[in-house]
Amino acid sequence: MASKVVGVREFDSLIPLLRDRGYDVIGPTVDEGTIVLDHVATSADLPIGWTDHHDKGTYSLDKRADEAYFGYAVGPRTFKRWLYPPRQTILTIEHAETGLVFKPEPTADERYAFVGVRACEIAAMEIQDRVFAHDAFADPHYVERRARSLIVGVNCAVAGETCFCDSMGTGPECTAGYDLVITEVVSGERHEFIVESGTDEGETILTELDGRPTTPADRKEVRTIIEDTAASMTRTMPKDETYSLLTENLEHPIWDSIAERCLNCTNCTLVCPTCFCSTMEDMTDLDGRAVRKRRWDSCFNREFTFLHGHAVRFTTKSRYRQWMTHKLAYWYDQFGTSGCVGCGRCITWCPAKIDITEEIAHLAEQTREEVAT
Amino acid sequence: MTTTVTRRPTVAVWKFASCDGCQLTILDCEDEFLSIVGAIDIAYFPEATRAERGGPYDLSIVEGSITTVHDAERIHDIRAKSKALITIGACATAGGIQALKNWADVDEFAKIVYAHPEYIRSLSTSTPISDHVTVDFELRGCPISKHQLIDVIDAFVHGRKPNTPTHTVCVECKLRGTTCVMVAHDTPCMGPITQAGCGALCPAFNRGCYGCFGPSESPNIEALREAWHEIGVDDPHLVQALRTFNAYAPEFKEASETYA
Ligand code: SF4
Ligand code: SF4
Ligand code: SF4
Repeated sequence: MASKVVGVREFDSLIPLLRDRGYDVIGPTVDEGTIVLDHVATSADLPIGWTDHHDKGTYSLDKRADEAYFGYAVGPRTFKRWLYPPRQTILTIEHAETGLVFKPEPTADERYAFVGVRACEIAAMEIQDRVFAHDAFADPHYVERRARSLIVGVNCAVAGETCFCDSMGTGPECTAGYDLVITEVVSGERHEFIVESGTDEGETILTELDGRPTTPADRKEVRTIIEDTAASMTRTMPKDETYSLLTENLEHPIWDSIAERCLNCTNCTLVCPTCFCSTMEDMTDLDGRAVRKRRWDSCFNREFTFLHGHAVRFTTKSRYRQWMTHKLAYWYDQFGTSGCVGCGRCITWCPAKIDITEEIAHLAEQTREEVAT
Repeated sequence: MTTTVTRRPTVAVWKFASCDGCQLTILDCEDEFLSIVGAIDIAYFPEATRAERGGPYDLSIVEGSITTVHDAERIHDIRAKSKALITIGACATAGGIQALKNWADVDEFAKIVYAHPEYIRSLSTSTPISDHVTVDFELRGCPISKHQLIDVIDAFVHGRKPNTPTHTVCVECKLRGTTCVMVAHDTPCMGPITQAGCGALCPAFNRGCYGCFGPSESPNIEALREAWHEIGVDDPHLVQALRTFNAYAPEFKEASETYA
């Protein structure tokens, strides 16, 4: 595939170019004091010169010393908002002479270009593909949107303080799954974008961007940026141990300790780029039509666990345990992968400051102590 | 199978101690009002029509809390002539803001406010309708949400389950894509312990949730207290936040008494 080094002015033609090609461009922008994903029309909408700082239950938007376009980590929204939207009409039911007529909702014809997609987010999309694009039970809405969308990835030059993709093997480098991937170089007077294509569509777009050919020095620069970012991560997850650690400790006292602190507010699941739980809402209207809608739900909701008249996971303890064991253990059985890509959102956006990496570390430590004694 | 509606259900709307805001929500359903009126037969609704027909009614919609001896009797009479009874709003479902008197001396208030307190025959408490009679469904909110109300009436007409989730306001923040004000801006927010219904109105305008829809299905108020302490909000402020429109909802009441 092709690659090029593009200056700032030339790079600014990318978003208009994508729009001209019929894409609805979704990328990072500053809103509500956060870097969120939304529709963007030009580079001016990007969070130029901004960065973010994260900690458990804490987020801050801060000025950078330079004019970097992608000099932040990840915000509270994820691209799943567009591939698997919060509300989706599934079908409409109407009365007709012959009886009830069921009309499945036609797939919409949006064509998204996702700009600034991080490696962990590409990994998350690939995980959601296993959920929604699974042959026998494919969701046509997801499949269509996903197939039509374009991915412009970014290799992370900054890791958030809650990121741990390096230990999950999902980042900070975009290794596949992109049409174009950008590495932004900002140092001193230099501000350039090293752009590589990953697909034919990406290559076509790249030919329309003015720039110079990449040199071995540029490629070395890309490696250095990725390695520095990986080295800067302070949180880790023992990816290969979580399956046995969790499945062997279902009655461990740690679940009581977490349940005391957990608000069961659902924030961790709804910001997670891989969480996919939903509920169906059947709505009739007073004129006699019925509509079935799917909307995001969460395993933290007691109502979500209702089976024939009662909640099977009545306590916060059982619901938190369900979440963590599913995410870090049973996903392997179900989808052949961890459900976590190490994006750190559930840590940053938990108002109760519960940190999935810390809890796993506590559990591992306590289990080791129990074995030792 | 086809079903034909033979008769529109008769509906009565009743007021107890309240501000009228919730029943006005019915009139505020401008666009949907005609189809509501087409689907039900309004037999008693003084706020909207002078027509007044005696019971029995298929459905009574009750707003307001019980604060007088007379009302405590009247609600039994209404229950007796209603097949189904739905309460609407924080007053009817939790006792309302007036339930603050449950922690105070009502005679003292009466002396301060009225020239002739001897004419005032008020109970010493404000209590929800469900403390007095069996209630078939409670629609929360101060005020209630118009969309939820339409859905509940529609669910009643069609004999289906209403779509009134019992989860937190946080879910609504995330559905609309609103940034969490507690995490991003250290703004104390009641959302993690409050039932959804408003569509996360306050967080969408960069404010913390005030708890208008009462406690969510399994609120961990002690954990919220910890989170508020972390952002510098102390117990007296938490108690104030718990003692508003839904002060007498059991979970809020118990917590505010513990932390007071
Ligand atoms: S872990 Fe945190 S974000 Fe998740 S439900 Fe519990 S309190 Fe909310
Ligand atoms: S579990 Fe947490 S860190 Fe892992 S992918 Fe989900 S939000 Fe990100
Ligand atoms: S702003 Fe309040 S209601 Fe919204 S997610 Fe944050 S804590 Fe929950």
